[in-house]
Amino acid sequence: MTIDRRSFLAGASAGATIIAAPSLVRAQGAGPIKVGEINSYTAQPAFLKPYRQGWELALEQINAGGGVLGRKIETIFRDDAGKPEDAVRHAGDLINAEKVDLLSGGFLSNVGLAIADFALQNRKLYVASEPLSDAVVWAKGNRYTFRLRPSTYMQAAMLVEEAAKLPAKKWAIVAPNYEYGQSAVKWFKDLLKKAKPDVEFVAEQFPALGRIDAGATVQALEASKPDAIFNVTFGGDLTNFVRQGNTRGLFEGRTVVSMLTGEPEYLDPLGAEAPVGWIVTGYPHADLKTPEHTKFYEAYKAKFGDYPRLGSIVGYDTMNSIAAALAKAGSTDTEKLVDALKGLKFSSAFGTAEYRAIDHQSTLGAFVGKTALKDGKGVMVDWSYRDGAKYLPSDAEVKLLRPAG
Amino acid sequence: MIDLILNQTLNGLASASSLFLVASGLSIIFGVTRIVNFAHGSLYMLGAYLAWTLVGRFGPTDALGFWGGVLLAAVLTGLIGVVIEVLILRRIYQAPELFQLLATFGVVLMLQDVALGLWGAEDKIGPRAPGFKSFVILFGNRFPTYELFLIAVGPLVLLILWLLFQKTRWGTLVRAATQDREMVGALGVNQRLLFTSVFAFGSMLAGLGGALQLPREAVTLHMDLSMISEAFVVVVVGGLGSVTGAYLAAVLIGILHAFGILIFPKITLVLVFLVMAVVLVVKPYGLMGKAPVGHQRAHGPAEPLLLPADGLTKLAGLIGLIILALAPLVAPDHILLTLTELVIFALFAASLHFMMGPGGMASFGHAAYFGLGAYGAALAVKWLGAPMEPALLLAPFLAGIAGVVFGWFCVRLSGVYLAMLTLAFAQIAWATAFQSVDLTGGDNGILGVWPSAWAVSKPAYYYLTLAVCAASIVALRLTIFSPFGYGLRAARDNPLRAEAIGLDVVRIQWVAFAVAAFCAGIAGGLFAFFKGSVFPTYMAIPRSVDALLMVLLGGVQTVSGPIIGAFAYAGLSEQLMKLTMYWRFVLGLSIVLLVVLFPRGLVGAGLALRERWRKEPEPAATLVEARP
Repeated sequence: MTIDRRSFLAGASAGATIIAAPSLVRAQGAGPIKVGEINSYTAQPAFLKPYRQGWELALEQINAGGGVLGRKIETIFRDDAGKPEDAVRHAGDLINAEKVDLLSGGFLSNVGLAIADFALQNRKLYVASEPLSDAVVWAKGNRYTFRLRPSTYMQAAMLVEEAAKLPAKKWAIVAPNYEYGQSAVKWFKDLLKKAKPDVEFVAEQFPALGRIDAGATVQALEASKPDAIFNVTFGGDLTNFVRQGNTRGLFEGRTVVSMLTGEPEYLDPLGAEAPVGWIVTGYPHADLKTPEHTKFYEAYKAKFGDYPRLGSIVGYDTMNSIAAALAKAGSTDTEKLVDALKGLKFSSAFGTAEYRAIDHQSTLGAFVGKTALKDGKGVMVDWSYRDGAKYLPSDAEVKLLRPAG
Repeated sequence: MIDLILNQTLNGLASASSLFLVASGLSIIFGVTRIVNFAHGSLYMLGAYLAWTLVGRFGPTDALGFWGGVLLAAVLTGLIGVVIEVLILRRIYQAPELFQLLATFGVVLMLQDVALGLWGAEDKIGPRAPGFKSFVILFGNRFPTYELFLIAVGPLVLLILWLLFQKTRWGTLVRAATQDREMVGALGVNQRLLFTSVFAFGSMLAGLGGALQLPREAVTLHMDLSMISEAFVVVVVGGLGSVTGAYLAAVLIGILHAFGILIFPKITLVLVFLVMAVVLVVKPYGLMGKAPVGHQRAHGPAEPLLLPADGLTKLAGLIGLIILALAPLVAPDHILLTLTELVIFALFAASLHFMMGPGGMASFGHAAYFGLGAYGAALAVKWLGAPMEPALLLAPFLAGIAGVVFGWFCVRLSGVYLAMLTLAFAQIAWATAFQSVDLTGGDNGILGVWPSAWAVSKPAYYYLTLAVCAASIVALRLTIFSPFGYGLRAARDNPLRAEAIGLDVVRIQWVAFAVAAFCAGIAGGLFAFFKGSVFPTYMAIPRSVDALLMVLLGGVQTVSGPIIGAFAYAGLSEQLMKLTMYWRFVLGLSIVLLVVLFPRGLVGAGLALRERWRKEPEPAATLVEARP
């Protein structure tokens, strides 16, 4: 038998077809759609346990309704332990070994930025649920990255609106020393200066995340005798800071404006020591009675026997918005998904929101209110919902902030 | 201003107390057993968790319930110490120092998952201490009474320890053992009991330190490592084995922290390790420490002689290389990614082995040079806009220069002090990367360090990595069997004789240190472009431990060991991480078992087996001849 060029090529292409067959079958929609979800489950459990439950609730509802594009959705959860290095390794493994259709998750801002950069290099969609840094969609924004939660800019803008009404002139700042803290402080200072040019910032403390030396930090802030304080810490750092601040009287006669402190995951652990009268962003889970939220709240409570935290909302909304994008794209192709996400309207537990085409930021909002004590527990009072769309810079400014277009 | 200074001093003293409790326990344990107990921070964490549970159960508002809970937590932690000592440490007192350090690191990993399993991942917030809930006005500021109480605890415990050591028989024995434990054993003292009781006592102090933090700080799963690195600093600065030194150093570090926050709020982490490095350079045995009495006793049997590979081994190496070279033809992308990582780690491990095995210098901070190589590459990309090729060339030089500078100080020490100084330098490098946000991006890292277009594809980058790493490893191997390598081994085995025949021991070791750093830098540069990003975690303690484990798993006194160790360890930990949420526990357990069962490593064990098989008939023959 002689092998000429033609028969060799025919044989080779037949072989190639056989080898390529499994992926063809998968692309045609036999198996489930795979989402690779990377988060700091063990490093930030207060937020991410509820997040995962919210995610699973949405997933269950979607798959019970037949899934999307006639396929079920499957999630592969990976724990990055709060380290961008681990997140990048998981992302590589999820794309190459698990062959996921898209990536999602990220809690810490530096982790989110690392996954976003990876997504760009590998041309894979990344739906950033929680990382708040503006760089995720602006300075380092890219075609493949979308973000759900209101950013540091948006939350700072919401808080500045209230802060500017205060008589305070001298401000002190405490923030964790990484992307989220730096970014929040930058915007708060910029926006507050713009709204009230006579304010001055008299002290800044940037403890490393999770390593605050609370007593000394409180003393250093106290020494600058500020009229008001802007706090960006959260979780364990916040707890230690509040306890030392309460005993040492740092908060007495001063208004504190604080990022995220109204979220039950950070307010509840403080128990009876929860600060009173702080102006915060957060989530008044028990008192919010809109139809969308009540429906979500009841379903969540029925499934998990616990009330939702803000993390639950973020997980629930992320999954739902991904499902909406898949349905709109009609495909799991990354480029089609990206195009579908631009301007995608989706229903959230807080009402309808939209991923803006201009910068891939969603218009999901946040609640701004004051902290108070009720039955020995911290709660939010006098709150109102701030629609994210109203707290973003003009389109012209966004274009300047986002070189990627 | 003066008020503020006084207040910050008090703050420093308050945080010094817990630090002192942990560090004094660590110091006493080291003094007697010569074990650097990495798990001491974990005992501190367990103390805090136990106190949280017990106080919650006994009633936090009741004074008896609170203080009873705190004390009981300390006692329970002491009992846990007994379990650790009896089950693990007792078996490895004769092992080389580094093995002991690693075994205790295995315990750290295990306890981390035990705490995670028992208490969950959520932070725990303790109640305030009854009787100490309020504040007093001091220097015009409110100061919590509990902090005042803590300030008093430090000197109080110091006094108790002093009385215990001066006035009781047990204390006398402990002091005697700290000076010369063989002599104490020779005089008929029950060493086992002494060691166990000392370990229990040290653990109890750590537990008390943790329990007393309850009203002050949230209890978290990260307490262990952040405490242990500070406690190391305190013990080393104070002088290993010296309790008074530990107190002085704890106060020094505590106050440094408090004022660091005022004056240099952004470099607090660097400051601490800088102080440690300076002290070690100026007073190698710490502020109050004494040089060990007499000769340092060699542990275990003499190191086996390294031999150049015979034909069979060379062939095996060549076949291995060919298999690796052919892998891209059959392996799918994700296997190729794993292989790339393994090859990089093999070079990283080989570079550490070069200074550890033939050089006899155990580094506990080798990740610094790996990380500096990675940062060298990333900084070249970020600040010079360099493409991959020149950045890769530049990378090892940053690591090499650091190796030259750090090495100059390190080679003047030996044993555990050298390991501690390398750790201090690694922590300085880590803290610098972590806190100099403008230069390195801090915790955000440097992103976008991607390879040039030709090397983007996975097989291309794999071949690049394989070529560079294989060449570097072969070069390291050739160096070991070059005159320089023989000189290095002579310096390790007997520095006096080496000096006597005209070898400049310090310079040889210095060069070896720099070479090892340079090679680790090559690995780091490759790793940066492989991952596309660089983070401070590249030079954190766990990465240094990874390197040590790879070398020890393979076997320190073999040349091919580190390569096999790298493949075995990196492969294992990656699989574990995917398989179970409690991978730390399994990994920690494997480390402990490894140290207890295979003190010569995998390759070492294999060689020993071959050796025995070859030599089997001979001793029998001599035995017969020896009979009259």
